[in-house]
Order: sequence, then C-alpha cells, then structure tokens
Amino acid sequence: MPPEPQYCFTHEVSRPIDNRPQVDNLPHAPITVAILAMGGEGGGVLADWLLDLAERSGYYAQTTSVPGVAQRTGSTIYYLEMFPESAARAAGKEPVLALMPVPGELDIVLASELMEAGRAIQRGLVTPDRTTLIASTHRVYSMTEKTAIGDARVDDATFLEAGRAAAKNFVHADFAAIAREAGSVISAALFGALAATGALPFERAQFEDAIRRGGVGVDASFRAFAAGWSSGAAPAGTAPAVQDILQAAIQRLTGYQDARYAAEYLDLLKPIRALGDPALLNETARYLALWMSYEDAIRVADLKTRRARFDRIHQESRAGTAQLVQINDYVYPRVGELADILPAALGQWLLSTVWARRLVERFTRHGKIVETTSLGGFLRLYAVASLRPWRRRSLRFQREHRKIREWLAQIPEVAAVNPALAREVAECPRLIKGYGDTHARGTRNFDTLIAALPRLRTMDDGAAQLKYLREAALADDTGQKLAEALARFRAWPRKPA
Amino acid sequence: MAERSFKKEVQKLKLGEGDVFHGEGILAVTKALLQSGVSYVAGYQGAPISHLMDVLTDANDILQELGVHFEHSASEATAAATLAASVHYPLRGAVTFKSTVGTNVASDALANLASGGVTGGALIIVGEDYGEGSSIMQERSHAFAMKSQMWLLDPRPNLPSIVRAVEQGFALSEISNTPVMLELRIRACHVHGRFTAKSNVRPSFTLKDAIENPVRDVSRIVLPPASYLHEREKIEKRWPAAQAFIRGHGLNELFAADAADFGIILQGGMYNTTVRALGLLGLSDVFGDTQVPLYVLNVTYPLVDHEVLRFSASKRAVLLIEEGQPDFLEQNLHSILRKAGLATTVHGKDVLPMAGEYTAAVVTSGILKFIERYAPQRIDRAHLPAVVRPAAPKPPALEALDRQIHARPPSFCTGCPERPIFTAMKLVERELGSHHVSCDIGCHLFSILPPFNIGATTMGYGLGWAGAAAFNTQETAKRTISIMGDGGFWHNGLTSGVGNAVFNQNDSLLVVVDNAYTAATGGQDILSSQAANPIRTTRLSIADAVRGVGVKWVRSITRTYDVAAMRDVFRDALTTHEKGPKVIVAQSECMLNRQRRVEPQLRKSAAEGRRVVRERFGVDADTCTGDHSCIRLSGCPSLTIQPNPDPLRQDPVATVIDSCVGCGLCGEVAHAAVLCPSFFRTEVISNPTAWERLKARVRNSVIAFLQRRISASHAS
Repeated sequence: MPPEPQYCFTHEVSRPIDNRPQVDNLPHAPITVAILAMGGEGGGVLADWLLDLAERSGYYAQTTSVPGVAQRTGSTIYYLEMFPESAARAAGKEPVLALMPVPGELDIVLASELMEAGRAIQRGLVTPDRTTLIASTHRVYSMTEKTAIGDARVDDATFLEAGRAAAKNFVHADFAAIAREAGSVISAALFGALAATGALPFERAQFEDAIRRGGVGVDASFRAFAAGWSSGAAPAGTAPAVQDILQAAIQRLTGYQDARYAAEYLDLLKPIRALGDPALLNETARYLALWMSYEDAIRVADLKTRRARFDRIHQESRAGTAQLVQINDYVYPRVGELADILPAALGQWLLSTVWARRLVERFTRHGKIVETTSLGGFLRLYAVASLRPWRRRSLRFQREHRKIREWLAQIPEVAAVNPALAREVAECPRLIKGYGDTHARGTRNFDTLIAALPRLRTMDDGAAQLKYLREAALADDTGQKLAEALARFRAWPRKPA
Repeated sequence: MAERSFKKEVQKLKLGEGDVFHGEGILAVTKALLQSGVSYVAGYQGAPISHLMDVLTDANDILQELGVHFEHSASEATAAATLAASVHYPLRGAVTFKSTVGTNVASDALANLASGGVTGGALIIVGEDYGEGSSIMQERSHAFAMKSQMWLLDPRPNLPSIVRAVEQGFALSEISNTPVMLELRIRACHVHGRFTAKSNVRPSFTLKDAIENPVRDVSRIVLPPASYLHEREKIEKRWPAAQAFIRGHGLNELFAADAADFGIILQGGMYNTTVRALGLLGLSDVFGDTQVPLYVLNVTYPLVDHEVLRFSASKRAVLLIEEGQPDFLEQNLHSILRKAGLATTVHGKDVLPMAGEYTAAVVTSGILKFIERYAPQRIDRAHLPAVVRPAAPKPPALEALDRQIHARPPSFCTGCPERPIFTAMKLVERELGSHHVSCDIGCHLFSILPPFNIGATTMGYGLGWAGAAAFNTQETAKRTISIMGDGGFWHNGLTSGVGNAVFNQNDSLLVVVDNAYTAATGGQDILSSQAANPIRTTRLSIADAVRGVGVKWVRSITRTYDVAAMRDVFRDALTTHEKGPKVIVAQSECMLNRQRRVEPQLRKSAAEGRRVVRERFGVDADTCTGDHSCIRLSGCPSLTIQPNPDPLRQDPVATVIDSCVGCGLCGEVAHAAVLCPSFFRTEVISNPTAWERLKARVRNSVIAFLQRRISASHAS
C-alpha cells in the first residue's frame, strides 16, 4: 500500500524574498534551554518536566539529548526549545526547532553541578546579553581531583566569578543540599529556582502541575521545589573562620595522649617560635602536631570507640528510632603495627625473632571486620585504646620522636641561611600519611627529600626545588614522577664554589 | 528487563486515525511500523536504537494482537538475515541496529539480501552514532548503501517526516525490490515531538500464510548465474524504479526553489540545523521560510539526477551540506552536473570541514562563507550571531576557567560489579608486573580510563579474545589477558574468541564479565540472564558453554566484589603450569539493573513490617589521612572526597556519599590492598526482631557506660 504523496517535488511554492510573513507582537524565536548534568543525575527528569510544562501551557516543545554511554556518569547536555502555539497558529505553520544548542543563543542554562556550570560557560553557552544561568554550587569531584595523593581540587571561586561575568542573571546555591534536606532530588530544587527567576513565561502553579503529572515522589519534589524557589536569593556561604593552629594542636594532642604531651609539643616549638617567622611557625606547628599524633592502633581504636562517632554515624544513616544501626569496622592490623604499640624492647624482639613473628603473622594474614556496636567487638577495640597511658614506651613512639627531632632540628639551621627553604622543610611531613605500605612509601619519600637538604642549602632556588620535589612525590604512587624529578635535580648545574 | 521501561508509553502505539501522538522519535518509528502493516521486526540493541528494542519488548502484547513477530536477534548479522523472509513473500519486515558497528556485523547478510532483492518491503533502521556522545569509530552508513546498492533515507528530524520515511521506505523497497536503509541520527532518535497518527494495520499476508505455502525462486538466490543477473538487475531495473518512485512521490523536498540564483542541497537529517543557521544569519524565519533555496535530500542514495539538475540549472552555485566523510555526495553531485554540462559551481567540503559533526556553529559558519561569496549584501554584518563573530577578548574571570575544567568521561556506575575485577587486576599487576590486555566492547571498556588505565586495544564486540590471537608463542611463559562481556560472548565471542583459542591451542587468559545483561546498551536480556523472561529463554551458563567448546581450565567467581578471591584466581590463571586456554567467568549482576529490581521490593518489605537490612559504607574522616589510594583502586562515583574537617589537615579526606548502595567493594579493597582502617559498613535494620531489640538495649547501655569512662579519662 504505497502512501499518499504528500510533498510533491513541484508542490512547494517559492516565495519572494522581501515578503516574508511577519507576525506582529508575537515572538519570532523559540525559547532555548540547555541542561548540563552528569549521567544518572536527574537531567532527564528536569527535561521531561520542562517539556510537559511547555506543552501544557500552549507551547510547542522539543527536547533532545545524546544519552548513550554518557549516561554512565559522564557529562551530558539536554536541550529544549519552546515556541508558542499561538504564534504558530497566526502564521499558519509549525516552527522548525533546532536539535542542539548554539553558543551565544541560550536563554536559560541549568547546571546540576559547579564544574558543569563552568563547562557551559567554557562552551560559550552562557552570554551576558540573554542567559539566565542557574547552577548548583556543590561539587561532584572529577576523577583527576579524586585520585590525587594530595589536594588537586579546583578553585570554586573561579567558577562563581566566571558565572557572574558570563551570565545576564546568575542564580546559584547548593541545590543538592537543598534537595537533600527536602528528601528529594536536585532536579526538583533546580526546577523551583528556575520558576523563581521568571525566565520562562509560566506561573509557579504551572511548574507544580508538571511535577504532579510526573507522578513520581510528588510530595518530596514539591518540598524541594519550594526550597529551590526561595533559595535563589540566598547569599553564598561565608568562608570558615581561620582556626588558630596552636589551639587546635593543643586540643588534639591532649586528646591523643594527655596534657603533658601538649606541653611537650609547645616546648618542642620554642626554638621555631624564637625565629620570629609567623609563616614558618604556622606550618611547623601544624605538621609537628600531626606527626606527634601519628595514627597507631591505639589512636585508631580510640577514635573508633568514641560516643561522638557513634552519634555521627547514627545521624548519617538517617535511621529512625525503631531501626537498629550496626557498625562494622574494616581493620587489618599486621605484625608491624602490633609491634609498634608494644614496649620498645618487646616490639623489637617480636620483629627480629623469626618464630615469634611467624606465629603472629599466622593470625594477621587476613583483614578483620570488627562489629564495633557488639559487646565483643567494642571490648576488643576498647582494650587496645586503653593502652594509651603506655604509649610513650612503645616502639613506634620512640621511632617517630627520633625522626621528629631530626626534622625539627633542621629547621632553625636552614632558616639561618635560607628562610624560604626552611618553610618548605617544615611542610615536608605532608608526605607521610596513610597506613602500612602507603605510610612506608611516604616515609621513604620524606627521607629522600631530607637527604637532599645539604645540596638544596647551597642553591639559591633551593626552596622552589624542594617544593618541586615534594609535589613530584605527591604526583603518583609509583614513585615515577619523583624519580624523574630527582634525576633532573641531580643533573642541575652546581653553583660555582 | 531493560534499564528503561516503556510500559506506559507503548499505550500510545494503540492510537488511531487522527489522534495526535506526543513522544520520542524512537516510539514514533515503532508506531509507523505498525501503521505500515509490518509482519516481523528484529534487531540488536545499541545506542541510539536501544530504546526501539525496549519499546518493542514492552509492546509485545500489542504486536501479537496485530500478528507481528518480534525478535531479539543474536547479533546484527542475525537481524539482517531475518529479512530473508521478505525475499520470496510479500511480507513487510524491519530490522534495527546501531550503525556503523552493527552494519559492519550485518554486512554479509545485507549484501546477500541486496543482491537477490526483495518482494516484501524490507527496512533496515540504523541508528547513526556519529558526533557528540558517540562511543564508536566515526564512519558513515552511506558507504554500505552504496556498496550493496540499498537505498538510504535520511529524513528531516521531525516526527511527521520520520513517520513518513518509514511508510514510504516500505513502498520504495517493494516497488524497486530493494532493501531500504533508514538512517536516524542520535538526536533524531531521542527527539520529542508530535504527529497525527493513523490506525495500525494488520498485515493481509501473514507469516502463517508464508510458512504454510512455501515458495522458492532460484533466480533470487545468490549463486551463479543468478548473481550476475542480480548485478545487472540492480542497474537496469531497480535503480530506475527507485528514482521514478522518489520523484513521483516527492520524497525529496524543495523550499523556495527559485528564490535566488544560488542554493543549498542538504541531507534531510541536517534540515533543522540548516534552518537554524539560516535564521541566525537573517535568511530564514523560525518556520523555515527561507530566502535561500533549499533542496532537501530525504533520500541520500540514490540521488535523482533529474531533480538535481532541475534545482541546479538556474543557480550560479550550490552549497552541499553533507555531514561525514568521504564526501560521497559531493563527488556524486559533481559527476551529475559535469556529465550534463552544467557549469554550476559546487561548494561543500571547501567551506565546511571534511570531518566531524556538523553542529549549528559549523553549519552557520559554512553558510556564511557561501553567502558572502554569492550575495554578500544579504548579510547584515552588524548583527552576526555570536558563533560566527570574531571572538572578543575574554574577560579575566573567564581566562582562568579553562585550566579548571576537567574532562568527565563516562565510568563505571556506583556499585558496578565490574569495578572489582579491574581492582583485582591492578593488585595482581603489583605482584606480577603489567600484562598485555585486549579489551572488548561494553561497560568494561571504561577500564581504559582513569583510575584503572587497563587495556591496549578493542577490535569490536565479542572480539576481545580474538584481539589477542597473535600473542601465541612458546617463547615466553607470560600470558596475555583478554576481556569479554556476556553480551559480546553470546554475540560472537563464543566462536570467534573461545572456539578460536581452543582450536589454535592458545595459552592465554579470557575474563568473561557476566553481569546478566547487555548492560552497556541498556540492560537487555541475553541467554545467560538470570531473570525469568516470559518471551525469551534465559539462565543458561557461560561456563558450560565454554566447557562445551573445549576449554578445560574454567573458573567461576560468583561474587566479583570479593576482591581477594578475584585477585587469587587471576594470579592462579597467570602463573599455573597448566597449558591451554583459560577462562574466568566473573559473575555479579549489573548494579544499575539490580537496584531497579531489588529496591522497590525492599521498600515494600519494610513498609509491610518485615525485617529489612540496608547496608552502606562510610569513611571515618579522623583516621583518613587523605592519600586517596582507595579511590585510585576504585573510582566509584559514591567514593569521593570532601574538605578535611580537621583544622590542622589540609588535604581532602575520602568520603562515601548518599548514593552508596553498599556493594562492599570499599571494604574489600581496604583489606585486599591493606589500605587503612577508615572504612566501616553500617547496617540499618528495619523492623528488627524482639531478640535483636533486647540485645541492642543491653549492648548500648554497657557501651555507653564505657564511653563515658573514655571521655572522663580524656578530660583528666
């Protein structure tokens, strides 16, 4: 059954150029909306609501997206165009709507995350002549940011400044948190914020009707919508007040060991304080406190058994009063860590006596899951935590304090010849972190850098060199970047004597 | 059960004459098939036509009422071969797959089909996965149409045009005895729009009629001498018949044909973008009333010489908007014009780029160059759109932006059971060094991206093990590793990979990632799916199939999250003295689909007062030292970082966010890689038993007492 011919080749009538039909007082261009989201983060729901909203409000609406594999957590763009049916009726024709956003031609851009807002700006989708940009300020960190050994987070302020510079109207708030508080999803909060901007020619009730017709989690969506509606004007959060490092350090060390330990800390800092370099004092104070509160099994057991922790986890689990919450901790004490908390002589004996070591290893071959909320589990950790008073005599305590003194002694010496280098030396303990192999690798890197000090002290740019080496050590966990950096460092021309 | 359900939407397939259909392009195609009296539909899922398969699955009842048979083909080759039903019988059939990858697989059957030709309308709906968001090599389906001489439809991307293309495609196929390809670009597949429906048509000649009255016609079979005749027939009969139909029924469209002495020839699929570009340049209004003549090729192969010449004869120059390369249409256009002795200048890939997606920005720029050459007075240079204006200097606030924006490639979902397989591979790599890894197609291919960085090549769906076939030598004891998904395994990997390795006495390792669905295409069922599917046979064992083909060394891991077990089996496979092909079947259900299946049940159970345990993971910020090893071995979207709550520490700490589904990998990794004691698992028990409540009360009071003692000792 061949279909009826509908568009015959000669059927179309050509039109004189200067006589295009113009419909007065009616829009000649569609409203354009782009939604930038990550796959599985509700961009599709938002697009569906907008589509329904427009179609029920007398508009032609068209939406497209490029799902595919981008759906699996990649960034993705949903694009919508809306055009009033009244204008189409007056012209006697249907609009031809585009399938992809054109840079510079967007009325509304919604970004479900701050870096995605940055991406929209980077792609030229946000322009000061017409674009309302609605962005959530929360971050979903990129893989690059997450996998760094140290801190590779980008600066949020850059995105906010770019938003202010690029958009005609920039609405931003942590819509993820707003939605979470309302027990809903971010799309509802963004939808509310969009409604409040008045960038679309629809009333609030029309927006809400679209949510109602969507039919999924309607009440929670209404709450998030309302919160989003009233959030737009909320001021950005203020930066946390600068903490007094010494105050924090004293608190930490008292909790870690006792008040006497905190006093020892202040004593150790005295020679640094005497140098009169506030930046140097700050960094030394920070890393000394962290190093002195190194993570041994006693510390871990102590932190794991605290009431505040139980309360925090209970709260985070959002369990109701009728629900039970059980906490299972993943721990993996190995023979080295057990020797660490023994009295120094005993610990040393355990490590150097083959049969004893083998025996203990037999019981520490596998990781353990301790149900800390059970009596047995709690008591085991409680027992380890109670070793705290004897920590000063432990193998690890003596080892760490020997290293701490060596490091600390370098600082005034270096400061005398090169204050900038001294500040970098103060920051080197940042490399020592983690447990087990990770800790061993960090310590090795630290030792390597400290071993380079005699040479660094002879260099004018020693501080920059040490910083470069430290960053290389944090660049990967295979040691490749550090090895390359060291090779370059060693090949550096020596200063003429 | 597919990832997305269309149970609600498929009711739209029942719309009758004059009803207005609102919905996605893919759903409109399905409706058009039913309006056209199709007898059978088959296909293989893959973006952007996965939803077409899912719609048809959910519409199976409606299809059966109309006597339409629908099949999930084993592969695109199977789908294409299914069209053999239309060779001898007046049955309308349609198949669908992702192009060009699916068309590659289908080529053998398509070439045979196109040679003998068809009696009933045969429609091949290809989802063109080209440009932004594409996951495959950038090629064109156009070449397949040309090489086998099938006609290629590329309709304007709006629902009425797409529906019309389906209807006219069948008619064109029948009148020219040629299979017809309908190309739908990715955005057209997902475009939401409206069209006026017609009633569904039950085919007058049915499959039953064909089966009970078999027909054979030797002249339709590809064997000499018929095959020589087929080639002549294509040129002498089918081609002219097709051109006559295209002309007679106005498949191609003209807009403002004589409005200027220059014009644009474009692929139908580029129409909306072209109109928007003209609009931005002030040369069209929003309704497509253009000042520049347009000749829209809803059929891009074959071109109709008569139409091309008529359009071009009155023009000084034409611009051809042809997305993709090689520039088949441009060469064809030159040939037609020059043979006819027309001097019309042809522009195309000179003002537009040869390669890459033709976005609105690209097309606007190309049209601007063309118009500036032939009618510069029509361009209002003072009001050019932003995309073609010379870039203004960036404000400083935007300068800094570029460095701050990271790529965000797709990755494994939260709780994905494939992640621990690669975590285990990373751990084995630490012990045994790195191995050559041959990858396949599927979600598991995300292993090539950070944080895993595993995998060297991918040669196509199911071809993971075949991609390592050459590495078969006695000169080393080191083995290669190949990856294959369950989808690729049943698609062809069982023969092309496993059979091949057995036959050629390979000594390498294959890991079959068995997540119970073709997960990457949207969670469709396959032979080894664990769900009971009323219209398909499932629950067959991959391990049994592998043994059946002759592999002796087969190990199954039934919980991939057990990283230590995964690591150990890898170590065993890579170091055992036993020679011969080795297969590890790593089984755990796709988490995306599992959540969709299990979550509603859990909610219901809890609401009904039954005991339900929910698990999720957490990280203690005060014991985390911010090294992020855990993230480098996982990459889970739910395992991320947060600012360090400790005022002394500066590096961000790891954290587990609300989206955690409690798969357990974090804890397993912390143990298997001996990371740190920061991970914990919370169990929230709804409706606990009386015994549990009593036990909890006792525990809590004792623990609270001890905790008060701890606080007191710290305070002292």
